[in-house]
Amino acid sequence: MAQDAAAVAVTPEPHAGPPPAVRDFQIVPLKGIPIVAVVIAGLIAAIWSNNLWALIFFHVVGGGLWTAIDLFVGLIVGPIIGGMSIPARTEFTTRFMPKMVLLMPTLVTMTLASGWQLARHEGNLDPSSPNHAWLVASFIIVGIMATIAIGLLEPANLAVLFELKKPKPNGLRIARLMRVFIYTAGITGLMQVATLIIMTRVASQ
Amino acid sequence: MTTAPVPQERRFPPIDKLADLAMVLVIIGGIYMAANLPGNISLVPAWVLLILAVIVLAVGVVLLARLDDFAWGTFRLVAGWALVAYIVIAGMIGYAFVYDGTRGEALGLLIAMLTVFAVAVPLLLGFSVARFQPTAKHPDGTAGTP
Repeated sequence: MAQDAAAVAVTPEPHAGPPPAVRDFQIVPLKGIPIVAVVIAGLIAAIWSNNLWALIFFHVVGGGLWTAIDLFVGLIVGPIIGGMSIPARTEFTTRFMPKMVLLMPTLVTMTLASGWQLARHEGNLDPSSPNHAWLVASFIIVGIMATIAIGLLEPANLAVLFELKKPKPNGLRIARLMRVFIYTAGITGLMQVATLIIMTRVASQ
Repeated sequence: MTTAPVPQERRFPPIDKLADLAMVLVIIGGIYMAANLPGNISLVPAWVLLILAVIVLAVGVVLLARLDDFAWGTFRLVAGWALVAYIVIAGMIGYAFVYDGTRGEALGLLIAMLTVFAVAVPLLLGFSVARFQPTAKHPDGTAGTP
């Protein structure tokens, strides 16, 4: 997920001295919740109406943003942050990561729910459809991505944010949690490339 | 030159790994179901995966409940809000299946799997955060220096 590289940003170097002062921040930005509620309501309406345009809108917008954010943050923003000073990385993380806590699950829910309904609408779930095998492949890839994102990245992300809320964050703990992101970022990136290949194939036949 | 001793992390039962495993089992079951709906397929593999997931999750819950020195306030905070979020997510997925006409045993199985998913993830998130929080016996959230 996109949290990967940004989370790496707070990795303190060994023997870097006392932890930097951390600004106050909200782990879940409350201002964003009404926006999420509107998106979810729109998604429910799209599925309920079974309107093709609405379903394609939610699937393409959600999926495009999900994939693009993962690749952009992982390959471009991450290395930039890696070159920042420890205080700069920490400040960036406390501003950026809470937004990801709301944004990414919303995009994932948008993409998957509308995608399922769209596949149903277009008959791609029928085993006789030429796209069926491709869709099953996409289910497996999404399953792996979900396992990595929910099982490894999200717990570490939250643990880091709560650690940064402490008066004296434990730098070694943060570094250890961030290694989880480093090792899994490449896997999720590859999964996103595979998703692009599958989805463009499905859309073209 | 000497280096300062590094505080060790507290050791806990593998509650997070059990929650992970329960989640993986229902994801596999969900993929099996989704790949074969609306066809007439054997639901036995899905039942087996669901039962295994419930057992694994129950073991995790029991192990969690037996912890005596744990940041329960933080656990409830994180797991509670995560539960709200994952009920919405699981509800959306369930809504799509119901809307599409999935009924009977298949629908029951899917809802049971979504329930396991919606419980396992908050358990995992709450535990993953609370394990590092200070408690009465461990005021810095570590096991101390060796």
